[in-house]
Formats: sequence, structure tokens, C-alpha cells
Amino acid sequence: MKRYLSLISELAITGFKLKYNGSFFGYLWSLANPLMYFLVLYFVFTRVFDLGDSIKNYPLYLLLGVTIWGFFAEATSVCMNSIVSNGDLIRKVYFPRIVLPIASSLSTFINLMLNLVVVFAFALVLHVDLTTKIMFIPLYLIEIYFFTLGVSLFLAALFVKFRDIGPIWGVAMQVLFYATPIIYPITLVPDRYLKLMMVSPLAQIIQGFRYSLMSNDIGTSSGTLGIFAFLPVFITLAVFLLGYFSFQKMAAKFAENV
Amino acid sequence: MMDDIAIKVNRVSKTFKIPHEKNSTLKQAALGVFRSKTYEEFNALKKISFDVKKGEFFGIIGRNGGGKSTILKMLAGIYVPDSGQIKVSGKLSPFLELGVGFNPELTARDNIFLGGVILGLTKKEVREKFDKIVEFSELREFIDMKLKNFSSGMQVRLAFSLAINVHAEILLMDEVLAVGDENFQKKCLEEFKKYKEDGKTVVLVSHDIGVIEKYCDRAMLLRNGEIQKIGKANDVVKEYQIQNTLDNLEEGDEISEPNTKEVKAKIAEVTNVEFFNDKGSKVSEINTGDNINIRVHFKLNQAIENLNFGLAIFSDNEEYYYGINSITDKINVKKYLDKNYFDVKFLSLPFNSSNYYVKVGIFGENDKIVYDFIDSLNTFKVKSLKQNAGLIDISYEWE
Repeated sequence: MKRYLSLISELAITGFKLKYNGSFFGYLWSLANPLMYFLVLYFVFTRVFDLGDSIKNYPLYLLLGVTIWGFFAEATSVCMNSIVSNGDLIRKVYFPRIVLPIASSLSTFINLMLNLVVVFAFALVLHVDLTTKIMFIPLYLIEIYFFTLGVSLFLAALFVKFRDIGPIWGVAMQVLFYATPIIYPITLVPDRYLKLMMVSPLAQIIQGFRYSLMSNDIGTSSGTLGIFAFLPVFITLAVFLLGYFSFQKMAAKFAENV
Repeated sequence: MMDDIAIKVNRVSKTFKIPHEKNSTLKQAALGVFRSKTYEEFNALKKISFDVKKGEFFGIIGRNGGGKSTILKMLAGIYVPDSGQIKVSGKLSPFLELGVGFNPELTARDNIFLGGVILGLTKKEVREKFDKIVEFSELREFIDMKLKNFSSGMQVRLAFSLAINVHAEILLMDEVLAVGDENFQKKCLEEFKKYKEDGKTVVLVSHDIGVIEKYCDRAMLLRNGEIQKIGKANDVVKEYQIQNTLDNLEEGDEISEPNTKEVKAKIAEVTNVEFFNDKGSKVSEINTGDNINIRVHFKLNQAIENLNFGLAIFSDNEEYYYGINSITDKINVKKYLDKNYFDVKFLSLPFNSSNYYVKVGIFGENDKIVYDFIDSLNTFKVKSLKQNAGLIDISYEWE
């Protein structure tokens, strides 16, 4: 067990190190990417369409959403490839295959943590009142990690046999991006869709983050779903278990199929 | 499991499905549901069972496709058997090849850590062994250089040093010997002997008979997924050679419908082939135009009335250069029978630069009776002092 932890941490750090290997600004790019995206969205949705007034501290609202989404998008795509792109390793050495997607997701998670430092700095600049609610943030971090890992494990295992999963997931991500309150406040969502939307763990987590960091009037799942507020967490758990067990079931044949 | 057994393989089978057209998209998979099976089954291993004892050097030989690599991968845990069990007692090295997991973009130092944990060490263990690994590889001054800037020899050295310092109790190796320059090879072989002294178990896959004979206590011959023979390394190697001879005869176009009964009976065997120069000293390299004396050692286990010795020279890319035999040359072979070898001296060999080996056959009165037919393990190299192309060397003048 201990050696596999060593393996995971070494692979995760290597992945992080290699990502911007050879580029001059290195790690700064992983900050620049979501920031640029944020600036574009910010311009479009405050200057072109005016969403900015309907919510207090819209820039922080948007940046937080983009950061969490960015983690989910990057982690799932890197993890999906983690088995296939390490085919050589898999054919020649034995180690528990699950080490690979875990390491990939962790190196993206390191990135998320660093990005969140920037978000916090931004919150301080905007003089947001930080309350004890920020104690919830670690819980949301754990939830987003396990939800993402569950999805990633499922994708990674399927991708070995069915390469069509790649483009399919690309399309699914676009749908998810607009089905999740990243750009817009949930007050703009018609009631009949709102409940459905807030069942998604992604929406629940992003709103939860905002609630913990910003203000009480951010609609959370518990506010929207009432007694069904447990659903997103339940889905997270189910997705993780499904991902984990289907991965482990298919893992025995990776060396032959990859 | 008994205490002295390191690996126990019990009725293990493995079948691979080889699709005619690989189903790697959903559409093909979806359409495939309505189609009949479009794959062939390949039985890589058929219910094989064997044990490897602790402290044993165990060799696996066989032709390509015989199942050697498949069984090794299953021992490592890379493939899962379709049926049967594999029990391993003791820490096993989970890799088969050198340099697995190395990343060219990382420095040698980082690669030692990465490679080490991939081979199953903890970070702490790698840290402890780091100096020893670097020492052994003789690459101390390059340790912070990126691996991509290493020569391939240096990469192999680094990989071997790492592999040897993993210190598993059971080692699996797939043709990893013969790496690096001569000095380093010597060092590796010494290390190999140390393994033997330390009582470690090694499973070695190779088609180099010499290596198997030299290092292995026992060996196993695999053919078409079945164990053809298992036992003392020398016996298994012999069986393998006989098998190759038979296969050669079956494929061989020089002899039609050979009678292979005699080969199996081992009535006569070619035991060794050596090359000498004019001064009578053993050589493995000559220049174009030199004389070469080819000495074939043989053993008759039974008196044979009409014997015919044949000898043919091939280059190592299988071009047939020249062949002779004692009957067409009207040689009375009786004089060779007492000394158990015969010499053929080829005068001023007009071959261009290449490596050559010989095929030797011992035949009866006609070429349908074959007592033995082998490829020499030894080769000789011819070096031309000219730079010209082509197979042979011809005297010429520009006019």
C-alpha cells in the first residue's frame, strides 16, 4: 500500500512538473488560462449582456465558477487519457491500474488549490466579508474531487475499448457547461428547470463554494431542493462507486486491450 | 504451498481474441452485436503447469509465438489468466523490460525516483539506494542532465542499475542481458552471479541458447502454448536445437520430405563449429581474401555405413553463399571418424563485409536420410578493406 502511495505522489508531481515543461512562464500558464477565460466571459456578460447587476460581486462569482469548472473539465479529460497514453507502461509493468487516473486527477487538483489561492486573493481585494462559512470549503473540495474522480475512472476505463468516448465527452461537456450555473445567477433560471439543475453535483458544489465564500443570497441546493437536498451528495457517492467498480472490473484487461 | 517453491503455476490457460477488424469505436461495437463473431481465437497457453523453486535460475525458451512472453506477463501480473492459478511467494519484480516508465524530459535523478517507484519501491527506499544506483551506473556527472540527452547506451546503463537495485526476491527478465559496452556487461554478469549466491529466484526468457545454458539450472521449452520439455537446462536446450533442426528441415527447400526419424534418434550429432586462421588460432573475424578453416565437431552414437557431411555458408541476413558436401566432392569420410571432427579450408574467401554462419548437415546415402542439421551458433565476421558494395569481392581494374 505504502509503495502505491509513493507511486501516486511521484506520478502526480511528475505530471504537474511536465505539464508546462519547456515553456518560459511554466506554472503561470495554468493560472493564466482560467483568468483569460474569466476575462472574456466577464467582458461579454457585463458589457455586452448585462448580468453583472443582478448579483453582488459578480466578478468573484464568475471567477469561482470558472475555476471549479476548469478543474472538472481538465481533470476528466486528462484522466480519460491516462490509461491509453500510458499503454507502454501498462503492457510492461504491473501496478494497480487505478494509480494512473488517481495521479492525473491529483496533479490537476494541485492546480485547483493554487488557483483557489488566487480566488481568495481576489476576494480580499474586493473586500468580501469572510465568515466562518469558509469552513465548509474543504467539504466541497472533497466532494468535487470524488465526483470528478468517479466520472474520470468510468471514462478512462471505457476509453480503452471505445475511442468514441473522446468526442462524445467533448459534446457532453458543452451541454454541462450551460446546464451548470457558471456564468449566470440561478435567479434567471425558470422554476421548472431549477430543481433539475440543482440536483447536479456540479451545480450544488459550485453554489456551495459561492455560499461559503460570498454571501447568503446565493441559491444553494438545500435552499432549492428542500428535503431532497441530499440528492447531489448521494449522486456524487453513486458516481464515485460506479466509476470505481467499473474501472476495477475492466482493469484486468487493460494490458491486452490498450 | 510448499516452502521451497517460489512460483507455482497450475493449469493456466490464456486465449487472445484477435479481431479481424479492431472494434475500437462504438459504432463498430454496436453493429457488431448483429454480426457473427469476427475474431480469431489464439490459444497462447494451454493448461500449463510448472513450479519454480526458490533460489533457482529458471529459463524459458521457445520460438516466437510459443507463449514465452505471455507466461512471463502473467507471472508479473500484467495479464490475468483465463483459467488456472498462479501462486507467487516472495516479492516479485513487476517489470519485464529495462527503462520502463522513464521519461525523456526528466533528469536522470528524477527518472531514478520515477522508475524506482514504478518498480515498486517507496520513495524512502529509492532515497536510500540512490547513491548505490548512481555509483553502479557510472553516470554521476550526468545525473542532472535530461534523459533525452543521454546516449542509448547510457540510458540502458541507468535502467540496468536501477533494475538491479530493486532487490526483489523473484526477478523476471525478458532478454535483458547483453547491454552496454564490454566493461559494463562484465559488471552486470558479476551482479548476476551475486544474485545466484544470494539465493534469489530468476525467471529468464530468452531465445539465446547460450545464455540459458550458462546461467539456468532448469529450463522449460514452450511450443504453441504447451510445455514441450521441462528439466535440466542442458537437456532442454538440446531438445530445442533438435526441434529447430526439424523445423528447418520441414521448411527447408533443399531437402524434400526428409526422414526425421534419425534426427530424433540422435544417431549422429553436430556438436560444435569453430573457425581458424592460417596460423591455427581460433578467429571470429577475418579480412576479405584471407583463408579460413572451418572445423566441425561431431559425434556418432552408432556406426553408420554411408555418411555424407554437408556444409553451407550463409550470411546473417540469410543469403546462401556457398555449399559443399563430401559425396559430390568424392571424399572418403572414414578418416574423420576417429578424431570426431573434420576441417574444410576455404582459400582466399572472396566475401564482402558481413557476418556469416554455417549450416552443417550429416546425411545418409541420400538426402532423405538426415541425421542432424544445424545452424552454427558461432559466427564469423568478414571485413573488407575496400569500401565497395555487394555480396562478394571481385578483382577489377579501371581501364
